Amino acid sequence: MFKIVKRQEMAEGTVILNEIEAPLIAKKAKPGQFVILKANETGERIPLTIADTDTEKGTITIIFMIVGKSTALFSTLKEGEGYMDVIGPLGKPTHIEKLGKVVCVGGGTGVAVLHPITRALKEIGNHVFCVIGARNRDLLILEEKMKAASHELLVCTDDGSYGHHGFVTDVLKDLLTKNDDIKLVVAIGPVPMMKACSGLTKEFGVKTLVSLNPIMVDGTGMCGGCRVTVGGKTKFACVDGPEFDGHEVDFDELSLRLRAYVEDEKKSHECFLEKIKG
Amino acid sequence: MAKAETEKIPRQKMPEQPPLERAKNFDEVPLGLSPEAAVKEASRCLQCKKPACVEGCPVNVDIPGFIRWIREGNFTKAISKIWERNSLPAVCGRVCPQENQCEGRCILGKKGEPVAIGNLERFAADYERAHRKAPKPEKASPTGKKVAVVGSGPSGLTVAGDLILKGHDVTIFEAFHRPGGVLVYGIPEFRLPKEIVFSEVEGLEALGVKVQTNVVIGRSITVDELFEEGYDAVFLGVGAGLPMFLNIPGENLAGVFSANEYLTRTNLMKAYKFPEYDTPIIKGKNVVTVGGGNVAMDSARTALRLGAENSYIVYRRSETELPARAAEVHHAREEGVQFKLLTNPKRFFGDENGRVTGMEAIKMELGEPDESGRRRPVPIEGSEFTIDCDLVIIAIGSGANPLLTKSTEGLKLNSRGYIVTDTKTGKTTRRGVWAGGDIVTGSATVILAMGAGRAAADSMHDYLTLGW
Repeated sequence: MFKIVKRQEMAEGTVILNEIEAPLIAKKAKPGQFVILKANETGERIPLTIADTDTEKGTITIIFMIVGKSTALFSTLKEGEGYMDVIGPLGKPTHIEKLGKVVCVGGGTGVAVLHPITRALKEIGNHVFCVIGARNRDLLILEEKMKAASHELLVCTDDGSYGHHGFVTDVLKDLLTKNDDIKLVVAIGPVPMMKACSGLTKEFGVKTLVSLNPIMVDGTGMCGGCRVTVGGKTKFACVDGPEFDGHEVDFDELSLRLRAYVEDEKKSHECFLEKIKG
Repeated sequence: MAKAETEKIPRQKMPEQPPLERAKNFDEVPLGLSPEAAVKEASRCLQCKKPACVEGCPVNVDIPGFIRWIREGNFTKAISKIWERNSLPAVCGRVCPQENQCEGRCILGKKGEPVAIGNLERFAADYERAHRKAPKPEKASPTGKKVAVVGSGPSGLTVAGDLILKGHDVTIFEAFHRPGGVLVYGIPEFRLPKEIVFSEVEGLEALGVKVQTNVVIGRSITVDELFEEGYDAVFLGVGAGLPMFLNIPGENLAGVFSANEYLTRTNLMKAYKFPEYDTPIIKGKNVVTVGGGNVAMDSARTALRLGAENSYIVYRRSETELPARAAEVHHAREEGVQFKLLTNPKRFFGDENGRVTGMEAIKMELGEPDESGRRRPVPIEGSEFTIDCDLVIIAIGSGANPLLTKSTEGLKLNSRGYIVTDTKTGKTTRRGVWAGGDIVTGSATVILAMGAGRAAADSMHDYLTLGW
């Protein structure tokens, strides 16, 4: 078992943080890599990008939003309990280099994935702007951490309850307009957000990295379930990614593939809610 | 027993679930021989002085030897005899292509039907699993040498089983959460119940083999680090593990799977028990499986069990070129799988939700032989037609997965990415590292992988006791 040593609720309990004992993974994991978790015998294998590692304690941190059966099941695990299986680190690490000015854009739980990348980009000597957003103030996560990991943090909410009223793309556009020397944008969040950011940066001609989280089974290139079209070619997100050039990704195909099991997922979630109620 | 007498006994039929009944469940198809039938079948063996069957077996099981014990009703001695050469008899008895190996060489097969060696092997293994009477094989005293086996499929399990008995300290590393490799994720429950594989692995663990699941060598730990951690020798048996696609339009529509994904979801993740198990699978009404090998048959038969009304095999050559075992093709046909031979997919269509709804295919004819010696399929111009389908499984083979090989220095690979080894010993170009199974040969059979494992284990033992 991979024990949960710390559990924390964020964003009004809709987002859960788990710090998990996994010394082998903690030792190896680099920003941008992911793990696959399976809660119990009957569980599904769920890929989640690593939000943090602590090599001394031998732990990794994951942050997820409760969206379906498996994440609902994960959310019921208490401190001291744990996951039956955790596999990783998987995928290619983010290529971290000193470029000059960079912008890190995060939406929803994408902020959690963005955090170690932002920190690494700052540590290597980039000037890091950071833009994070959420639907409203209460759903915003990791504000303090992102502030520390960047030089300038810009916050926005869809409803205007905090920070800039609007989407992360509005703020990103403003940054790109004012700074013509931005070398890289890293955008991580829901697919529509990454698509919008990539569309915008393409206009400005700024290289953009996105981190994809398609449906996956093994995570080692064996099943091809996570295939995405990048630059007209089929790639496996688990071994060729999870990060890709945002200007080349076919986001529409990705969105449709993510919905492949939407009915089954609903059914499974309903069964689960019934069960824990009963 | 006199020769004339033995020849009168017909080959004992393996009882099976009726085709239309079994096509709706995941229980094993053949039910196993009764002890009476096994003894009767064993009595057909001529006990040849120079048994050709043994030569036909990649691990050289003493076939007349174990059959003699069955004939005498001593099933425990029979399994001990098999174990001398084969640590996975319950698996081999089920999935070996005996018709090309032991049974293909049986002298009785020249005039009539060969001895049912596979069925007898399976019988002895199943009997032992039910009764647990045979003494465990003896272990040599500890050598103090540590061996890492990467991958827990047929070749890895064989290496582990051989080397633990020779006194080495053996650890198996498996990337998945359950051991067994293709035996667990690939071969369906109705051909090889998973409980049998787990029982074989438990047997190895009882002998002292350590099994570490959830470890991806090449990511979690590298081969270099295994040596740094004190392993003296490493065996790479990671399988082929890279699904091939057709590279035609529409292949990334939802509902188009690699056979690896379709079978892994169903077998390893038990999607056929959804929602009791959390992993879903798309249940097609009209299912197209592209390919003609055993994996294609497994996929098409799985689709029937998941409720398909029509399950088609689409294969670009003709019946005689089907690479699947004849028995598998027969089973598939009996269950209602429909064969669309000399047919090649051209593209897939989808709806507004990005789900596959159909396939355009073209009729083929056989032309001149190609480099494989088989007649090359050539499209018949203007013969395009469409097949309605809501699920497509691509089962056209696997390539070499680069995850491990790319992260390991000093391994020579061939042009297709497979590991180059010495064919007799399984030695790679890196000192202390052996390889075997599909990552060397490309997709092959369980027993060939086991044969490679056996050869590597012998060579590794020599290295560990005598030097490189």
